[in-house]
This record gives sequence, structure tokens and C-alpha cells, in this order.
Amino acid sequence: MAGDAPEIIRVEGLWKVFGRDPRRVLSDKNGSLSKEELRRKTGCVVGLRDISLTIGKGKFYIIMGLSGSGKSTLIRTLIRLVNPTSGKIYVKGQDITKLTENDLLDLRKNTFGMVFQHYGLLPHLTVLDNAAFGLKVRKLPKEQQNEMAMQALETVGLGGWEHYYPDNLSGGMQQRVGLARALAAEPEILLMDEPFSGLDPLIRRQMQDEFLELQEKLQKTIVFVTHDLSEALKLGDQIAILHDGAIAQIGTPEEIVTNPADEYVREFVQDASPAKVVSAGSIMESPELLLYSWEGPRTALTILKKSNRLGTFVVDKEHKLLGVANQERLEKFLASSDNSESSKLGPPVVKEIPAVREDCILEDLFSMVHTNPYPVPVVSDTGRLLGVVKTDDIFEAISPHE
Amino acid sequence: MNNLNSTVVFRYPKLVLEELIMQNFPEFFRIPLKDWIDSLMSWLLSNVQPVFDVIGWIILKVMKGFEFIFTIIPWFIFIPLIAFIGWQMTKKWKFAAGIAVMLLLIGSFGYWEMAMQTLSLVSAAVLFSLLIGIPTGIAMAQSNRVEAIIKPMLDAMQTMPSFVYLIPALMFFGLGRVPAIIATIIYAVPPVIRLTNVGIRTVDPEAVEAAKAFGARRKQVLWDVQLPLAKSSIMVGINQTTMMALSMVVISSMIGAKGLGMEVLLAISRIEVGKGFEAGISIVFLAIIIDRITHYIAERQEKKIKEH
Repeated sequence: MAGDAPEIIRVEGLWKVFGRDPRRVLSDKNGSLSKEELRRKTGCVVGLRDISLTIGKGKFYIIMGLSGSGKSTLIRTLIRLVNPTSGKIYVKGQDITKLTENDLLDLRKNTFGMVFQHYGLLPHLTVLDNAAFGLKVRKLPKEQQNEMAMQALETVGLGGWEHYYPDNLSGGMQQRVGLARALAAEPEILLMDEPFSGLDPLIRRQMQDEFLELQEKLQKTIVFVTHDLSEALKLGDQIAILHDGAIAQIGTPEEIVTNPADEYVREFVQDASPAKVVSAGSIMESPELLLYSWEGPRTALTILKKSNRLGTFVVDKEHKLLGVANQERLEKFLASSDNSESSKLGPPVVKEIPAVREDCILEDLFSMVHTNPYPVPVVSDTGRLLGVVKTDDIFEAISPHE
Repeated sequence: MNNLNSTVVFRYPKLVLEELIMQNFPEFFRIPLKDWIDSLMSWLLSNVQPVFDVIGWIILKVMKGFEFIFTIIPWFIFIPLIAFIGWQMTKKWKFAAGIAVMLLLIGSFGYWEMAMQTLSLVSAAVLFSLLIGIPTGIAMAQSNRVEAIIKPMLDAMQTMPSFVYLIPALMFFGLGRVPAIIATIIYAVPPVIRLTNVGIRTVDPEAVEAAKAFGARRKQVLWDVQLPLAKSSIMVGINQTTMMALSMVVISSMIGAKGLGMEVLLAISRIEVGKGFEAGISIVFLAIIIDRITHYIAERQEKKIKEH
């Protein structure tokens, strides 16, 4: 899934060591020591340990870890708010660890927008001026600043609040200002450092939903730091889990939950429900029996009887799903109508049924298998039948396996 | 004879012991700091005097400027003007009336002119204190090393008895108002330096980081984020510096600075309690007026944000 987008950020062998003379730590065999051993031996604290990752354009990339895992340090190195000790960071193909001061400032101005956990707003400026901060730094004309900032405020649903001060706003609204400030300069990449962690649970969920919706429209590349697994699973395309400054695992939410790389990740995700991350596409099977639209009702009935089934799916020439046909409806049709010689399976016999896409998560299938005697069909964007998900498969996928 | 000898022998080691650890600091361990400073003083006096002359000239000009402004405005314009400024600040007529009454009382004691002299001396000292103090505070906030160097200097400036630097100031700048202003600056500048430093250092680190993340230069971060957010702290520093400058006026008068301080000094030396009280209370009135006005300027900043 990650490979299909062109890369926009690539990090290679990134180290960050805090303390005096940090290069000493890198120079020798200390790489194999643990964080605690290193601290005792050299007095230096390792913030990031040999991080390599690639972020695809337009992806929602999550960096997750507990406090002290280095996640905030990692996101800050991407614009060198924290300077890495060694390693390379490519942004749009350019190694930013080699940039001069001026080029670095230009990169921050033009390519990135950042949102902070405690908003980082300026209390002496109005909401509008806060949102325009990045534009002011870029020295745009005042009118253009206001126009772009207003537009960003409208985008985040804060139209009409522009003349208030941040202190007059609730936490959720302040974070919208923070988001507007990041969006105003129309950056390609959004860096978000635990943006929703400081909010009440209800507001947090609402902000997540709204932000997902917004992202559908904006299609930005997002690097998002969180310590909240459910948030990571809900929002992310890709998740990198950090442990003591090193990457424990990188993968899609589904891979992380169903196939944890080590004991640490396993513990981390043990409470996560696979129903929230496993997709229909990954557990579907090919249907055992299919009927085709050109087969007559009588043939269909015979086939069903022979294979001892009450009903099954019907597809057309292009393998598009039409619905299901069952014995009961076929018999009724044949008995009641005169045109028993009808050569095709059509609407009177075929009942349309709901189908899902490949990326539908299992949780959303529960209600469907509950009310539906048939397996749930999985279709492509064009309506082609790709496979079916049976109740048994769902249960197997969500039951914890050792 | 024999007896005596034995007592001496007996007592001698005890004496040495007492000499060493109980009573007197050993003679051989003396650092001649006083000699070093004395020779530094004479070196400065004979070699750097032109520099002091220039500094003194600038200070005197500024001070004269203030004096010109304060004395050219007649009292019947000055009092309503200050009262009006007070009213503008607070929108409280009681506050404005209080200011007017206090100024009128100073006039009624016969100290109007001297109050204006004191005011111009204090104003000049405060102006120089801010010109020195705010940039120093900013420099301290930017670097831990600078902070480590300047902090003990501020401690020294605040605890060193003022006569200790009053006399060298006298030697460099001669009698009169200039050394008085120098001594006042030394005594009054620490609060504004400290509070500028603390104010900038306690600015929300995320606000600073956010500014950097959007590509702001250090200068932009300082002007657009750190200074505005540290403003109320700096204003408290300015307020305290002003108060301390006022409290130096009596000591300044000892080296010839004219004004209310001189009156206090003369009165106590002649044991004229009533006159001393009049001059003293006039200083208090000036202090109250300046304190309240600068205090409201600081508070207004906070209010503007909170009340919108």
C-alpha cells in the first residue's frame, strides 16, 4: 500500500544523541547498547536510534510511541527544529541536513505547516492574525495575508471568530486556529505533534472525524505524532511505532494489529480490536458457487439443487454483482409466470443485496452478517465481485490467536 | 625559675594553635584587592578620563533635556495634564483626582521646582537604565552563558552599599548630578534586567517553537513572539526600576544632586523634622504617581487580551 505513492520524505539512518560530544556515542560499537547502558557509559541520552523511513506523497503517516520514545524529537528533526546528530533527511529529494540557514527557513516557510499539542498560539494576537502568522513571516502583503488566513479559518469552521483572541476560545477551537495557521500558507506537508491529545475525549473524536473529512479534500501529506493507538489506527495509512528511539515496526494499521513485529508492539496493540483495522479485502474468499445472468431460471434452480444450496450470488458477463438468487424465489417465479422458458436471470428472481468495498473494516460488517443469511459480497469500484466474506471468517479474524 | 620555664614551654604550643585556627587569619594569606582596585582607579583616571567626560556630557545633556521639559511646563498645565493621562489610563476619575491632589500638595509645600528637578534626574536615570537593561535582559535570555556571567553582577549591584560606588563615580564625573545619575543607574537597573530575562525565558516554549516552525528568524521570534509575550513582565521591571531610582534621590543629593533629596538631607542635618517630613512626603507622592501609572500601563496589556 505504501509503495504506490511517490516518496516525499525519506529518512536514512537518523540518530539524535543529547548530551556533550554526542558524536562519541556514534563512533564506536555503542550502537548495540541499550539506552540505559549508553547513558551510564557515556552520559549521553539517545533520542533517536538509526531511524529509516519513507513517507509517500498524500499519505497519512503516523509516528506512534509512548512518552520518551523519541516521537516528538523525530517530527522536529524533519524541519530541523531539532538538529540530528547524524543521518540524512530527504524532503522532495533534497537532503535538508545540509541546508544553509536561509534555505532551511525557506523550506519551513514554503513546504511545511506544523500543529502543536498545546496549540502554540500567540495570546496577544487575534485569531485572524494568529492564522496569518506564517504568511506574515513570508512577508506577503497584508491584504493577501488576511484573505488567505480567512480562507483557512473558513476551512476549519472558524468563520466569524477572526476578531476574537485565542483566550476567548475553547481548547478545540484554539486547535482549529492552530490548524488554520498551518493550512493558511498551503504547505505540501503538515506536521502534527499530538494535536488532539489535549482535548476532551468527545471533542477529540469530533476533531478526528472532521480532520479525516478535511484530509479527503486537501490530500496533504501528513506526519502525525500520537501516543494514542486508537487514534493511530483510525487515522493512519502507515504507522511507525517507536520504542526507546528506535523503530519497532512500520506497517499499515492492519499489519501492526494482526502481525506485530515484536513483543513490544504485541503488548502495545493487544487491546486493539482487529475488527477496527482488518479489512474485508484481506479475509475474503472466492465464492464457491456463482450463477451467471445468462443462465435461465430453470438451469439455475437445477444447479442450486444439485449443489445442495438455498441460494447464491449472480454475476453478469463483466463479473458485475447483480444480487442473489435463491431456490424459493426461483420456484415461485417458475410456478407463477407463463414465461417459464425465460432465458435470463433478471430482476424478478434476483434480489439486490448490499455489498462492501475491499477496505471496509470488519466492524462495519457485523450488522450486515447479523441480518443477512448470505455471506457479504466484496466488490470493486466498478461493481465487480471480488470475493465474499463469511461469518466464520470474521470470527476467525477477530479472535485472538497465539 | 625552673618552674616558670616549664609553664612557658607548656603554654607555647597552645598559643600557636590559637593563633592559627582560633583567632587571627594568618598574616601571610592576604590578597591585596584594595591595592589592585586603587591602582586600577588611578590608571583609569589618568588614561580613560576622556571617555568618562563624553559619557558625562551625554548624561548631562539628556538630564538637562528632561529638566527643560519639566520646568518649561507651568504647574497649572502640568497638573491637569498628568491627571488627564491618569484618567486616560484607568478611566477612573478618583485616580485622576488623587494625582492632582498629590501634585498640588507638593506645590503647596513650596517644593514644585525641586520636585521637577528630582523628576528629571529620575527620568534620565530610568531612561538610561532601560536603554542598558532591556537589551542586557534580552542577551541574558538568549544565552545561558551570558546569564551565568551577568547574574552575580546584578547581585553585587543590588547588595553593594551604594556609597562604595558613589565615591568612584564622584572621582570620575566630579560633583553634581552626573555621578548621581550613574549611581542611580547602578542601583536601579537590576530589576529591569532580571524581569526582562525572566519574562522572555518564561514565554510559552511552544509559541516560540511554532514561530520557528513557520520559518521565523531569530529577530522575528524576538520581536513578534518573545517581547510581546514578555511585555507585562518587562513592565513590572520598569516599574521596579523607577521605584528604586526614586529611592536613591536622598543618597544622590550627598554628592550634590539638587532636588527633594537635598531638602531632606538639609532638613535632617539641621534637625528640622517638619521640613524633612514635607520633602520626604513629596518624594512619596512622586513615587505613588509614577508607580500607579506604570502599573496601569502593564495591566492594560493583560486586560486588552482577556476582556475582548
